[in-house]
Amino acid sequence: MSTLDRIKSVFQTSSTLLGGDVQADRVVPPSGFTSTLTLFTSAAMAFLAVFALALSLATGRLADRWASELAQSSTVRISAPAEELDLQTRAAQEVLRTTPGVARSRILSDEEQRLLLEPWFGPDLPVEDLPIPRLIEVVEDADGIDAEGLRQRLAAEAPGAFLDDHTRWRKPLVEAAARLRLLGWVALALIAASTAAMITLAARAALAATSQEIRVTRLVGATDVYIARAFVRRFTLRSLIGATAGMVVGTLAILLLPSASEEGGFLTGLGFQGWHWLWPLVIPPLSALVAFIATRQAALRMLKEVT
Amino acid sequence: MIELENVAYSYGGGDLLNDISLRLQPGSFHFLTGPSGAGKSTFLKLCYMELIASTGSVQVFGQDARAMERDQIALARRRIGVVHQDCQFLNHLSVAENIALPLTVAGRDVNSEMQNLTDLITWVGLKNQQNSLPPQLSGGERQRAALARAVIMGPDVILADEPTGNVDWEMSQRLLSLLIELNRMGKAVLVATHDLNLIRTAKNQISARVLRIKDRRLQLAGADL
Repeated sequence: MSTLDRIKSVFQTSSTLLGGDVQADRVVPPSGFTSTLTLFTSAAMAFLAVFALALSLATGRLADRWASELAQSSTVRISAPAEELDLQTRAAQEVLRTTPGVARSRILSDEEQRLLLEPWFGPDLPVEDLPIPRLIEVVEDADGIDAEGLRQRLAAEAPGAFLDDHTRWRKPLVEAAARLRLLGWVALALIAASTAAMITLAARAALAATSQEIRVTRLVGATDVYIARAFVRRFTLRSLIGATAGMVVGTLAILLLPSASEEGGFLTGLGFQGWHWLWPLVIPPLSALVAFIATRQAALRMLKEVT
Repeated sequence: MIELENVAYSYGGGDLLNDISLRLQPGSFHFLTGPSGAGKSTFLKLCYMELIASTGSVQVFGQDARAMERDQIALARRRIGVVHQDCQFLNHLSVAENIALPLTVAGRDVNSEMQNLTDLITWVGLKNQQNSLPPQLSGGERQRAALARAVIMGPDVILADEPTGNVDWEMSQRLLSLLIELNRMGKAVLVATHDLNLIRTAKNQISARVLRIKDRRLQLAGADL
């Protein structure tokens, strides 16, 4: 079968499924409470899926930002007796100036150092009277620096200089963000599995409640696929409708969250950005697909018990 | 068409039928008699594969029933019209929709066969009840609807389990006439019944074999019939 034929076949199957067969659909009696159960389950799961998706994408962004921003900067800290501090600072700057991968470097002013220490010591700290290390901010270019090589050169030229390339605390932060992102995907997988389980139960309940009608239909010549299709179509459409409603409500809830701000930190950034707002649109078709597979499996398995 | 050879059927450790052999050929007409519980319904179920024989061979349209896939069984059933003793309808569908059910499940366009459907409904005298639901029908009306459903596909074989059990004499004659007419068209007909008058009437019109299940075995009925 050519690719074109396959596409045609998939399209025909989908259109048959969604378009329905009024006569065939009427053969299966209304399935009562399972209809409400399927709609509610799909809506609730889609609502949760929107949040899991938002969490996953937000932590992904956070991990990427931390990784890229922190990876391109480092700090040289110079601790030396007061009379040697300027000398070692100049030597360290010279080393940095001639180090490949360093885009620029600058000494933090007393005011900037005071601001850095302000959260701990208050605004009136006399920085100039304290033996506080001198700090040099280093910004790397795209190629980055050879941290170990730079450390060795600094040790030779300015023994009081220490390079902090942020690896020590950047790594756990990025790992934590990556774990959160993974948890988001795991939550999505669990939501899909729960949806499948609930719809399977609903489908089995509907099949059990209509076992007599199924038996009669079999006896007049219906194939298993014919009977299963009526159930599959019904549950797939219900799941699609329920998930669409849940997705719309979930997306609105995300939209109404406070917008991202420095003060709010990570939580206010828990939303979608740019084209990521299109991601929730994937949830209803996926929910319908899960319902399709779950109902088909349940129906065909149960029908084998009918002679 | 349907051939049983040395068939036995056991259930719950006991034999219900034993050493049954019969061949339903095109144009044949068989009556099956026997007391209640003798196994007449079981025999019919073996023929349309609702039950599978414990031992022996059941061939349906040239295929071994035991080896048939479920879809093959479904397709074979479209060639077998069955009138069940308890009729068995879909209660959420109208009488007309129930009669048309074999067409529907076979994927045939019911609208294009509407004239045949209407003629059949009229013939069995259910024109006024065609839009009713099955629970609203009397016992006789249910039997007539079941017969109409059994023949709407123009089956090769017709199996009827007590088709005149709930109908008056006049209607039983009409049902018999329809079965005879179908038989003359070359269909194989097997009627399980304990209505001896029906059998006698039929034998005046056609050449029918009368079988009896006795002691779990199939025998030719005696001269009393």
